[in-house]
Formats: sequence, structure tokens, C-alpha cells
Amino acid sequence: MIRRRQLVGYGAAGLGALGLTLFFGWWQVDGPGAPKPVGRRPLPLSAMDFRLTDQEGKDVGPETLLGRATMVFFGFTFCPDVCPTTLSDISEWLDVMGDDAERLNVVFITVDPERDTVEAMAQYVGYFHRSIQGWTGTQEQIARAAEGFRAAFEKVPTDDGGYTMNHTASVFLFNDEGRFVSAIDYHEPRDFAVPKILRSMGVRAEGET
Amino acid sequence: MRQLVLAGALIVVTGFTGTAVAGSEDVIVEDAWSRASIGVNRPGVAYMIVRNTGDERVTLTGIATSLAKMPELHKSSINAEGVASMAPAGEIEIAPGRTIALEPGGLHAMLRGLQKPMAKGETFPLTLVFSDGGKVTVDVPILGIGARGPKG
Repeated sequence: MIRRRQLVGYGAAGLGALGLTLFFGWWQVDGPGAPKPVGRRPLPLSAMDFRLTDQEGKDVGPETLLGRATMVFFGFTFCPDVCPTTLSDISEWLDVMGDDAERLNVVFITVDPERDTVEAMAQYVGYFHRSIQGWTGTQEQIARAAEGFRAAFEKVPTDDGGYTMNHTASVFLFNDEGRFVSAIDYHEPRDFAVPKILRSMGVRAEGET
Repeated sequence: MRQLVLAGALIVVTGFTGTAVAGSEDVIVEDAWSRASIGVNRPGVAYMIVRNTGDERVTLTGIATSLAKMPELHKSSINAEGVASMAPAGEIEIAPGRTIALEPGGLHAMLRGLQKPMAKGETFPLTLVFSDGGKVTVDVPILGIGARGPKG
């Protein structure tokens, strides 16, 4: 009898330990202890909620992008290295795609609305492929947009009294229904980019079976 | 676009006259290029290949140019979460026979405080300063804003 009671006790302790383990697992993975939503999949565009302004001054939001496949990336126009490189890479992919590029939304969202006004965005994107749009807005709306895309950004002071921005450098691809399909990471071989974009558009890339 | 590439190629050919050899004749700078700027408020950038052809280790300690008030070697990096950041690169050692690349998304010459806009088609002098006091100056061709390499 005693033994039995001990066993029940052990069982209860075991269950308790299991529960604690599960709880900590939940806490770290999904609960309040979860890491910042970086590296997680972007929400579907239809589940996002933000209002921004495009380079022509028009009010835009995630619903603007539905109906066509979409490519979205974050950056800022005072970025000397990574952002112009991304924009010129994308311009080249779009050149390679020819007419297919006309059936794609391509959106550059600034993480630095303080300096990237509608005029600044219009001037900047004007130097790249004509399909590339530049969206800006209030700090709050930019933060909401970034949250939806699971993109991170941070203002970092520089020693000259100015600042630079750290930001997610991946390019996000969505299908015409706004579902996230894949991302093109910054250091990924560039040859993979165009096939990935075409796949998000439902177009089979050349040479693919 | 094709015209732009051709123009870039021509600029590179003239740029080769600027290929520099150090006083020690140990360091060679090749394929220097930069992108045009919009005005002077945004920082400019320059890229190049730095080759140590000698038998001694050299240390690149900094850069100088009359074009910018605060020229500095910088390094972009992307962390595991895909977030890009940028920081001063500090001193860069180049072992004998080795080459370092200042290229998009990595090491680059960051030109803050531009004294005048960087205009496509022009060049500007950029000096690499080494720990032994040696200097190498190269003429950097300015390509279009959308340039992806020394050939445009």
C-alpha cells in the first residue's frame, strides 16, 4: 500500500515535471518568453493592417497588393551600401524577366520615414527599374507594416551625431492572393532569385521540371 | 540599360589609368568604382580590390579624400536573422599575396559629409593609408546610382 502510494506520488511528481517542461517550452516558443518575431514567416497580406503613402502620394495598404504577385523589401535611402545594391539587383532581375515584370508589385518600404519623405522616395526609386514603388508613412504605420512582414529595424546613432538604420535585408515574395511564398535572402546566390520570383507568380521558370 | 552598361565600361577603361602602385610597389588597387549620389546629404560609397603583391604583411589603417569630410572604412554584415547592419571596419591586415575586396554588402569606403554631389561620369581621388606610412591614391570612377560593379 505504501509502495503504491509512493508510486502515485512519483507519478504526480513526474506529471508535474512534465507539465513544467511543457510550460517552459510554451513560454520560450510561443509564450511571452518567445524571441522577437524575427525570422518568422510574414503574415498573409490579407491579415496585415497598415496605411502608407506611395511615391505618387497615394494612400496604400496591404490590400493594394492583392491580385498580383508581390515582392516587398525594407531599407532606407540614406543607406550607402546594402540598399542600393538590393535595388540594383532587383532592377536587374526585373530586366531579365521582361514583360513578366509588369505583372508584379515591387515595393520598397522605408524604415527611416524621418528622412524618407514621399518626395525623397519618389526621387530615389526613379533611379531604378520603373516597376519599383517606394512607400513611406508615419513611424507608427511603418512599425505596423514591419510587424506584419516580421521584419526588424532599429535606429543606430553614429559617431558624427547622425544615425543609420539596421534592418531586415531579405526580399519577401507573395502570390497574387497575398500568401507568403518565399524570401530571397541577401547573401543567397543571385541565380535563385528570378526562378523564385517567377514561382511566386505561378510562372514556371525556364529549365524547371 | 545597355547604353548605361556601355558608358560604365568606357569609364572603367579610363579608370584603369588610375590603377595605383604603392611607393613600395607592393600594393595594387584595381577595379575601383563608386555610385553617383543624390545631393550631398546621403553618404557616398566606393569599392575596389586591394592586392598585396609583396612579401610583407600590410595594414590598411584608413582612407582619405577631398570629396568627403568623414571618409571611413566600413563593413556591412547580415546576421542570422537576415538583419543588415554597418560598422567601422577598423584596421585591415592584408597578408602577403592576399587580396581584400571592398564590394557591395561587405567592406566599403563610406564617404560621409560629401563636399559636392558625386556626378555620374566624373572621378575623384581616394587615398588608402597604410600603417607603414605608405599611401596609395586611386582615381575612382563614379558610375550610375544603380551600378552593381566596376563595369556598371
